[in-house]
Amino acid sequence: MHNPGFTIQTKGDSLYCLLNGPWTLAGARAMEQGADQLMLAVGEARDIVFNLGAIESLDTAGAWLIDRCRVQLQSKGAQVRIEGATDAQVMLLDQVHYHPFEKTRQPREGAFYEMMADIGDGVVGAGRDVFRGISFLGEITVAFVRVFHPRRFRLTSIVYHIESFALRGLPIIMLINFLVGCIVAQQGIFQLQKFGAATFAVDLIGILVLRELAVLLTSIMVSGRSGSAITAEIGSMKMREEIDALHVMGLDPIEVLVMPRMIALVVSLPLLTFLSDMSALFGGLLLTWVYGGISPEVFLSRLQYAISFNTFFVGLIKAPFMALAIGLIAATEGLAVSGSAESLGRQVTASVVKSIFTVIVIDGLFAMFFASIRY
Amino acid sequence: MMNPSLAQEDIIIRIRDLVVGFGPKLILDRLDLDVRRGEVMGFVGGSGSGKSVLMRTILGLVPKRSGQMQVMGRDLDRLSTGDRSAIERRWGVLFQHGALFSGLNVMQNIQVPMREHINASPRLMDELAMLKIEMVGLPADAANKFPSELSGGMIKRAALARSLALDPELLFLDEPTAGLDPIGAAEFDDLISTLQKTLGLTVFMVTHDLDSLYSVCDRIAALADKRVAMAGTVEDMLACNHPWVRSYFHGKRARQMVAAPTMP
Repeated sequence: MHNPGFTIQTKGDSLYCLLNGPWTLAGARAMEQGADQLMLAVGEARDIVFNLGAIESLDTAGAWLIDRCRVQLQSKGAQVRIEGATDAQVMLLDQVHYHPFEKTRQPREGAFYEMMADIGDGVVGAGRDVFRGISFLGEITVAFVRVFHPRRFRLTSIVYHIESFALRGLPIIMLINFLVGCIVAQQGIFQLQKFGAATFAVDLIGILVLRELAVLLTSIMVSGRSGSAITAEIGSMKMREEIDALHVMGLDPIEVLVMPRMIALVVSLPLLTFLSDMSALFGGLLLTWVYGGISPEVFLSRLQYAISFNTFFVGLIKAPFMALAIGLIAATEGLAVSGSAESLGRQVTASVVKSIFTVIVIDGLFAMFFASIRY
Repeated sequence: MMNPSLAQEDIIIRIRDLVVGFGPKLILDRLDLDVRRGEVMGFVGGSGSGKSVLMRTILGLVPKRSGQMQVMGRDLDRLSTGDRSAIERRWGVLFQHGALFSGLNVMQNIQVPMREHINASPRLMDELAMLKIEMVGLPADAANKFPSELSGGMIKRAALARSLALDPELLFLDEPTAGLDPIGAAEFDDLISTLQKTLGLTVFMVTHDLDSLYSVCDRIAALADKRVAMAGTVEDMLACNHPWVRSYFHGKRARQMVAAPTMP
């Protein structure tokens, strides 16, 4: 395919520009160059004729450029006529009708200004998050009181969510805890052997796993697995106006959507934590036996000596609080989704990041609390 | 386009014995359809009769069981990836719900196909995008809006602008006027017919809008019983004896249309 071009002839007072070739979007760059050359070639002529007779094909882009040349020449005081156009081409030229567009883009402020504005936005946003979280907690509490009415208690929904949060997540969560149990045992034996205190690895495993690790890992996994799912579900319902549909039917979205998930999380997380405890201890037992030569009998009697009920209880009591935080954050982020798919992605990310962060902060607060009551 | 003397070349979409089904259910059964170059073909059929499925099958979004489909003289089954992409550049599609990219504003949406397929200066791309925005009747300030900030009618227009971005030869419209007010729908019809005349566009339009059928469509095809029951002009449709076509074109709403004296 050859390029869009033109030839120039002078007839009497007027300058004839005979356009040829395809003036279409497919050869956009060549067409733009052709238009620029045309403007140069015409120069200061006063009376100009564009003849379109030899044009192979013309589309809106070509018509736009030809009309742009015409209008620019006219603004310099030249007379421009268009000849040889077919009816369709005349209609097309008429349809596009060149005119400059006013700039609709927002002017950019300075980089420093934008950075400061971003920081301010972030601070205000964080404050608003805390405020929103607290007000949402209030709504949840009210809904929680109402929900314990036999007709409003959504047992099916709760059981369904317990299945998806706990049962379906169980294999991966137990596997992770098993592996972490093994790693702690291996490191414990390896480091403590230097002091001839390899059996103390059992104390290390028991206390670390039961008090901190199992519940923390489980909560982080649940944030990633179930928290993100809750945000995505509620968020996409918000996007498609399903939440509004619930509202106008006189149903409270908090009660219908959020409560069952919250209750399911609060029930699931302690169950998962208990099984994670067992799985991590089993990993520790297996590794101390194979790697450290400590037999299961010795491991169990040593474990019995090292831990007491409160070690186990300190870990477990944290689980429902973490579940509450995960559910709260996931639901608020889900309800904050606006129209676009991009915002859904952003809120799911925010939900996971914030809930993992909050879970770790809660764990720290509990550590301080139990230390000060010497439990 | 190169050789208009051949009848083969005047048919832009040729479908023979097309069978499409999901699971045990057949949606289209040995369907034949011809769309001529340069015409506006209206495609009607009851809800759920498979109009959109036919369109999606031609576009390659739904697999067919058997049959032949030729678009612009090329057999869609025997295309290399490169040829297929060349065909796809020459058709534009307006989806029923717009299918605008929600993370991009209207201007960027229109420029997506331009950026991918065309080597043009940013100035020309901006100007052409603004031109398309104006052509479809959107205000200039819509350019920087995101799809979530637009009304249903504006989404339709923006999506039409995107489907026209590369000046296609063949335009597929899936219920273009559904959800528009009558004035907006009439403007939309005018726009389609202007584009068809100026750009030599062929339009394949799935629609329920009787106004569109009467005012812009050159020919109409009616889908009933899993195949094209009748294809022809409005007069052919009115004369047709197929029960579904009769009830569609002789229903209460359709009679009012025929009675109205202002029809061109």
